[in-house]
This record gives sequence, C-alpha cells and structure tokens, in this order.
Amino acid sequence: MTGHKTTFFKIALISVAMFGFGYLLVPLYDVFCEITGLNGKTGQIDATQATAVYQPDLTRTITVQFIANHNAAMPWEFAPAVNRLQVHPGKLYTTHYIAQNQTGNDMTAQAVPSVAPTAASRYFDKTECFCFSQQHLKAGARKQMPLQFVIDPKIPDRIQTVTLAYSLFDVTQPAN
Amino acid sequence: MSTATADHHGPARGLMRWVTTTNHKDIGSLYLLFALIMFLIGGAMAMVIRAELFQPGLQLVDPQFFNSMTTVHALLMIFGAVMPAFTGLANWLIPMQIGAPDMALPRLNNFSFWLLPFAFTMLLSTFFMNGGGPASGWTLYPPLSLQMDAGFPFMIFAIHLAGISSIMGSINVIVTILNMRAPGMTLMKMPLFVWTWLITAYLLIATMPVLAGAVTMLLTDKFAGTSFFSAAGGGDPVMYQHIFWFFGHPEVYILILPAFGIVSAILPTFARKPLFGYSSMVYATASIAFLSFIVWAHHMFTVGMPVVGELFFMYATMMIAVPTGVKVFNWISTMWRGSMTFETPMLFAVGFIIMFTIGGFSGLMLSIAPADFQYHDTYFVVAHFHYVLVTGAIYSIMAAVYYWLPKWTGHMYDERLGKLHFWISTISVNVLFFPQHFLGLAGMPRRIPDYSVQFADWNMISSLGGFVFGLSQLMFVWIIFKAIRGGRKATDQVWEGAQGLEWTLSSPPPYHSFNQPPTVR
Amino acid sequence: MSASSRWYQLLLALFSLNAGTAVADYALNMTQGVTRTSQAVYDLHMIIFWICVAIGIVVFGVMIYAMFRHRKSRGVKAAQFHESTTMELVWTLIPIIILVSMAIPATRVLLAMEDTSDADMTIKVTGIQWKWKYDYVDTEAEGLSVVSSLHPDHNEARQLGADADLTVFGDTYLLDVDNPLVVPTGKKIRFLLTAADVIHSWWVPDLGWKKDAIPGFINESWTIIDQPGVYRGQCAELCGRDHAFMPVVVVAKEPAEYAAWVAEQKQAAVDIANSADRVWTKAELMAKGEAVYQTNCAACHQPNGQGLPPVFPALAGSAMATAEDPAAHIDIVLNGKAGSAMTAYRDILNDVDLAAVITYERNAWGNQASIVQPADIKATR
Repeated sequence: MTGHKTTFFKIALISVAMFGFGYLLVPLYDVFCEITGLNGKTGQIDATQATAVYQPDLTRTITVQFIANHNAAMPWEFAPAVNRLQVHPGKLYTTHYIAQNQTGNDMTAQAVPSVAPTAASRYFDKTECFCFSQQHLKAGARKQMPLQFVIDPKIPDRIQTVTLAYSLFDVTQPAN
Repeated sequence: MSTATADHHGPARGLMRWVTTTNHKDIGSLYLLFALIMFLIGGAMAMVIRAELFQPGLQLVDPQFFNSMTTVHALLMIFGAVMPAFTGLANWLIPMQIGAPDMALPRLNNFSFWLLPFAFTMLLSTFFMNGGGPASGWTLYPPLSLQMDAGFPFMIFAIHLAGISSIMGSINVIVTILNMRAPGMTLMKMPLFVWTWLITAYLLIATMPVLAGAVTMLLTDKFAGTSFFSAAGGGDPVMYQHIFWFFGHPEVYILILPAFGIVSAILPTFARKPLFGYSSMVYATASIAFLSFIVWAHHMFTVGMPVVGELFFMYATMMIAVPTGVKVFNWISTMWRGSMTFETPMLFAVGFIIMFTIGGFSGLMLSIAPADFQYHDTYFVVAHFHYVLVTGAIYSIMAAVYYWLPKWTGHMYDERLGKLHFWISTISVNVLFFPQHFLGLAGMPRRIPDYSVQFADWNMISSLGGFVFGLSQLMFVWIIFKAIRGGRKATDQVWEGAQGLEWTLSSPPPYHSFNQPPTVR
Repeated sequence: MSASSRWYQLLLALFSLNAGTAVADYALNMTQGVTRTSQAVYDLHMIIFWICVAIGIVVFGVMIYAMFRHRKSRGVKAAQFHESTTMELVWTLIPIIILVSMAIPATRVLLAMEDTSDADMTIKVTGIQWKWKYDYVDTEAEGLSVVSSLHPDHNEARQLGADADLTVFGDTYLLDVDNPLVVPTGKKIRFLLTAADVIHSWWVPDLGWKKDAIPGFINESWTIIDQPGVYRGQCAELCGRDHAFMPVVVVAKEPAEYAAWVAEQKQAAVDIANSADRVWTKAELMAKGEAVYQTNCAACHQPNGQGLPPVFPALAGSAMATAEDPAAHIDIVLNGKAGSAMTAYRDILNDVDLAAVITYERNAWGNQASIVQPADIKATR
C-alpha cells in the first residue's frame, strides 16, 4: 500500500507542476516574442543612449508607415499625424499620433503596438511612446501623443518598409 | 494489496452497487455506459449539423445554435465519449492483462468516474442559460469565447471537472501498471494495450493540467480583470492558442494511442500469428508521444508566426509520419502469411488500419505549411480528423467491445448482426466523410451553417451518409444489449488465436480478477 | 430549389456520358487560382497527393493481397515470424527519404510566400463582426476606405426559414458583397490584416492563402494578380453567430480601369460630404436607411426590428428609438456600447448613412419619432 502511495504522490506532483507550467508558458511566450519580435515587442532605449550607440547610416532610406486601428467599441478619433516617414537607420525621429475623445465621458485608452514585418521589430527601438502608458482624455479633449524612435542600422537590407501599427483599446474602468 | 480482496465477496445489490462500487469491472462498465450515452447525445448533435447542411439556405436552426452544436458535439465526443470509453476499457482490461486483482486505487477510481456525470450535466445545462451553450468551437479561442454569456463559468468548471477526472484516472492507471504486475510480467512483456495506455496516461498527466491552466486564464480574464489574452492589458489572444495546442496536440494522441494498443491485440488473434515487431511498436508509441509535444503550432500556421517557426513545426510534424508508418507496416506484417479469419473485431481492426491511414495521408498533406494555408479551417480538415477519430479511435473502441464483450458478459454477441453493423457503418461513414475532402478543397470553410450552392451536392451526399451512420449505431446498442441479456455461452478462450492473461480467466471473469497472481513465463 | 431535383441532377451528372464536364461543375480539387503563389501551392498539393496515392496503393495492395491469400478458409497455416531488423530499418528509412523530398519544395514555396518586400501598394484589412473593412494606405488611392458586407439580397435570402430561390444567385450565394475590394492587376499588393473584435481569417482560395486577422496585432501577406476578374472567398476562422456570412470579394482591374475606379470613389466621397450639408427629406432618409439597416443591423436586431432578446434588444418600440431627443440613439450607433456586441459605426458608415439608418430605426415598425439629418451627425462627431 505504501508503494501505491509513493507512486500516487509522485505522479500527482507532476500534474500539479504541469498546471504551474501552463502559467509558466506566459512569461516564456514573452521571452519568445522578444527574441523573434513577434507581437510588436520592439526595443525600448532612452534617447541619449540611442544617439550614443548608433551611427546614422545616411546611405540607406527606409519607409516607416504609421497605421491606426480602433478596437470595436473605441469611439475616439485616432490617427497618425503623418502616414509615413522616410528615415535613415541610426537617426532619431519624432512624430506623433492625434487622439480625440468625442464622447461625453472621460475615458482611458491603451494603445497596443504591432510591427510588420515581424523581423523588423527587433531593430525598431522606441525612446518615447504614448503606448508605454495608458492615455486619459476628458470628454471632448484632444491630444497630440508623441512617438520617438530610431532604427538599428543593423536592420537587414531586404527590409525597405516597416509598418508600425497601433490599436487603440478602451480600458476605462466602469463607473461605480 | 487492497484489504477488501482477502475475503472473496460478490457485488452489493441494487442501485447503490453502482454508486459505491470500487470494483474495476463495475467502474469499467460505468465508464463504457457513460461513453455510449455521450456518444449518442453527441451523435444527435451531429445529426442536427448534417440536417442543417443537407441543403443550402437556413432551414432548421439559428446560426448561433448551430455553432453551439459544433462546439458541444466536439466537447462531448472528445471528453465525454472517446476518453471515458478508453478509460473504461483500461479499467476492465489492465488488471486482467497484467494479472492484478483490481486497480491500485479503487476509491479514487469511483470518484474519478462519478465526477463525469456532473461535469457533463453542467456543460449541457448551459443550453438553458442566457445566451445559450458554448459556441466558439471546442478550442474556445478568445476573444470569441469570452463573448459567451451566463453559461461561461459553468462550461469552464465542467472542463475542470472532466480534466480532474481524467487526471485521477490516469494516475490510477500508472500506479496499477507500475506496482501491480504479476511476477514475471516485465515491462517489455506487457500487452501493447497496457503499454499504450501507460504512455497515454503520462500524456494526460502532462497536458490536462495545462488545459486547466488555459481555461482558468480565460475565466480570470473574463471575471477577475486579468489580461492574459487581451492585447489591451499586454496579453495576446494568440498565446491562448499556443497554450491550448500545447495540450491539444498531445490530446490528439491521447485519443489514438490506446487505439493502437487495441488493434495490436486484435490482429494477432485473428491472424493466429504473433504481433510483428513488438519492441519497435513500443518505441514507435513512445516517439509519437514525444513528438506530440513539439508540433503543436501546426494547428496555427495561419496566425502569422515567424517563418523559422513555421519551418520548424512543419518539419517536426512531418517526422510523425515515420513512427506512425512503422506501426502500420508492422500491422500489415502481422497479417502477412497469417491464417486469417474475419470476425467482427477483425473487420473493425482492418477497417481501422485502412481508414486511419487515409486520415494519416491527409494529415501529412496538412503538415505542409504552404498547402495548409489553403486547407486550414476548411472541410478538408474536418474530413481529416473525422477519419482519424471516427474510423480511427471510435472504430478501435467498437473493435474492442466486440472483441472483449464475450469475455465480459460470458455470451457471444450476434456475429451476423455485428458484421452487418460493420458493413453499414463502413459504407456510410465513407459516404459521410470522404466527400468532405472535396468540399474543403473546393473552398468550403468549416463551422458554417449555410453555404454557396456549388457545395450543395456533396453536402447532401455527406448528410445522407451521416444519417445512415448515425442510425446504424443504434444497431451497436442493440447488439450489446442482446449480448448482456444472453446468447451462446462463450468459452474462456473465446477466440481460437487469443493470447494473454485475460483469456485464462473464466467468461465472465470472477468479480476480483486475479486473487492469486498468475505466473508469467 | 427542391432537394429532389438537385439530387436528380447530381445522379445525372455522375452517370452521364459527358462525365468530363460534370466533374468541372462539381469541384473536387483545390483551385489552381490566379497567382503564381496559388499555382505553386496547387503544384505542391498535387505532388504530395500523388505521393500519398502511390504509398497507399503499395501498402493497401500488400494488405489486401494478404487478406485474400492468407486466410484460414484457404487452409493456410500461420507462419510464426515476428521480427526482422532489416525490414524495420527499410521502412523507417524509405519514409524519411520521401519526407525530405517533400520538405524541399515545401520550404521553397513557404519562403516565397512570406516575402512581403518590394510591394507596390499596401491595403489594410480589418475584420469586424461580421464584415470586412479595407483601407488603402498608400499610392493614389490613399485614404480610400471600403466597408464590405454580405450583399443585401443574399442577406435576405439567408434568414432562417426564408423560402428563397437560391438558384438566382448562381454560384455566388453568400459569396457576394455590397462593396468589393478593388485592386489593380500586375502589382505586388501587401495586405496588413487586423481585427476589431475577435479573430477572423481572410481567405480567397484563388490567391492561394488565408491569414488570420487578430485584434490588437497586424499580420502581413501579399499577392500579385495577373488576370482581371472577380475572386471570391470567405472568413475562415469561426468569429461568432454570422461567421458564415462575411464573404470576401476581390475585383482585379487593369491598371487604367483601376485608376478610373479610384478617381470615381474619391469623387463619390466628396459628393457624400457635400450631400451631408443639405437637408434631406424623410422619404429619402427612410429609403436609404432601410438599405443600410438590412446590411448592417438586421443580422442582430432582425429585419422586423424585434431583435433576439436578451442578447440583441428589440428596436421596435424601444425607449431609445422612440425618445423625442435622438442624442442617446445617435451616441450608441456612433460610439457603440462597451461590453456588448454593439460596434461603433463611426468609422464604418458616413454621415448620410448614419442619419438615414437612425431615422429609419426611429420610424419603422410602428416607431414614430423625430428624424435625424446628416448635419446632426456631423455636429455630433
């Protein structure tokens, strides 16, 4: 009988561990995304560091497209200030998106970045982005939301266009 | 050894016998009966699906209800019919095949069975709640699954209960096999059904908790404000698919490995020749189990993975063809130069090999990522997994029932009816599923209640096949019922070529299988 | 269409002498499509299909031979061999060689399919329950936006229990939309795919691929269509109640015709903006509103305005749709309702459509309330 008990607990322990492993897959997935650049997990560095580390490569020009998406029940006006920029790798650029809350209620939004092609996101470093934190807008308010980035000069030659998309989600806490 | 076995007693009387039983045969019968009921309910849902698809246009059900039918049909058939049926067979057969008196943990055994009726009653009760039953497909992909209304937590808890049940069932199987083999029954002497179940049980232990984790994350995403799968909070809906299929692909093998064991028991009996390549069968099973953990993302080639990932999962998936091929070749070598007869179990086993291999071929085609971009989420996939699950897993269960029913009941089943059941089922199941290959290739997506008219003819043929296949299963119920009630007395050996410990016991076997451990040479 | 007549037609087709044409009518195989990619995928599919057929003939041939020759009834005595290392090695190695020979062309095609570089234009595809929205993000079509829903005639025919004659739609039943995606031929078009609510999957078999549209993220894919024509497909990922009813229609036009179409669309956008400034009559609004309602609202709120309570509320007699002040009504249509299936129509419909549909909802099915002018919508935006 003791033999059964030992085996039972050993195997039960495996199943409990596997339940934990299910949750461990969440951070593992993040690591995986960081390595592959999946899900727009772009680099994040600060501006002084960026200018120190990268040498601008003026011989190359890359087109950066800016896209704005709305999640279904997100009524804000949301658009990039410019639809595209021609940039040199290694040089710091600043642009912005414009958001306006046209509803009669104060709202909070979260912008979720995504980069295509996936391979480009590893070389796309943001120094400042409105997606780093939630954005609050009072009823009817309008806001310019800044975005500062630099492209790593090591970006492969075959990538000539990089698309940066933001999807805007309504994360307003329901009023009590 | 369990203390209860010392004094030789029979079963208790009346209904309470079934509620309180800790006997492996009683519990095995309960599992099989439960699986049969779920098979019939899930089958009835399939009939609704095929009836709506009989003609283009919406005639019978609302699209939302149709989606519930496809979703719950899958959940019932996978978690309610095939898995409990295999567990029932394990309960009946493993102690008899390894020379043990009973399962190692009899009370746990009772508990793991009785969780199931509650789990599935809860699942089915969601149909009567606000918003109806689950309708997001059995894979429950968020964000769609999170749109489910009042029934959502009940569905999640039902999955939890069914999961706990099968984890405990697996623990019992492992403890029994590791600790209770008769003297001389070394691991490499075990019948293949025991081997395949041992490996299946480990797969269950490793993956059911991951499914439990995934659906718990869904639950907290909906009610507790976490955002594992919502982009707004830093999560990702695709991550759910990764976690789900990390469970889901091994699950596919959970549904088929015991079938391999059954076929490996039946073929030698009716070929009157030992199984070809026993040890390579064991190794092939183990390598299939291993590979099943590294191929999950072939279910999601279209989600937009990095190309390196797509290549890896494509190659790994193609590799599965090798050990699976070894099994099929070994089975055919077992038949080669045998002295074959074709009683009903053999017919189902041969049907299994042919049609499972057809499903294997379409599986190989699906593994080719660029071609999968066309096949994915079409009826081609539906045809593929019904070939491996209906004419694979379910055919093996039917083969097993015909094969061991005389041992269990002490009566031979009606051979003429059994053969008729096989032939009607086999013809109709091919009329049902083969045209679905054409539909998928021609461009019909899966999970749709209405379709364009150029798909009409094959759908109508498929539905007709479906109705015949569905109705012919009532024959199966009748044949079993008849054999339980009476029939020609079965000998202990039952089949001329049968080998193994279970055939040394009387038919029906004593309440406690082996009180004195048999000697295994 | 009666069931028996189609059944009869099929029998006729299967058994008639000109079986060749019959097979063409009843598609059995994957389409070769209209792009190099779809052709490559088709070729790959056929190679692997024939390899499987060849293996099947050998394996099943041996098995069936054994089943007929090695029977007890023929007096065969069973052999007792049960092992052969040589054979087992052979049937491990041969499949590996076959698999490698499959993997090489498959890898080549896959790498080509995933190469989105050097595109001539980009189109954003957004999946919404249950329609598609296409935004042209660059070239001369920049700023154009097309919302593509199931064609109203089909939408009417597919209602539960509708006694419609589906044969009038030919082979396009459920595969036709109000506004198709129009693209030029001969250009490399890069698609960015995303979704606004749940996961959808954008699929046109003739282009040779499908790709998931995932809320919050963008996926990319590409095509070059050489042949002008109309290419149809459907959403391929279960996305809720009306998953079956969100077709994809791509119209490929010669570059010159395409340019004309772009100019026409731009003019139409200007016209709508202008017409939003004038005062519309109630009859005009009701007529337009009914069409907009059937396309966008009828799936949930039902053509008769009764909805499907409790999930989809009735509009007929509802407090909001009959209130004297239309502000709340305009707000919910414009901005949607968080936590429900009600989408924000701000970016899907223009001012005129919005005014028309709200007016229609306020004055159909016995409702009698104020009308809404396009200018009111413009002011609220």
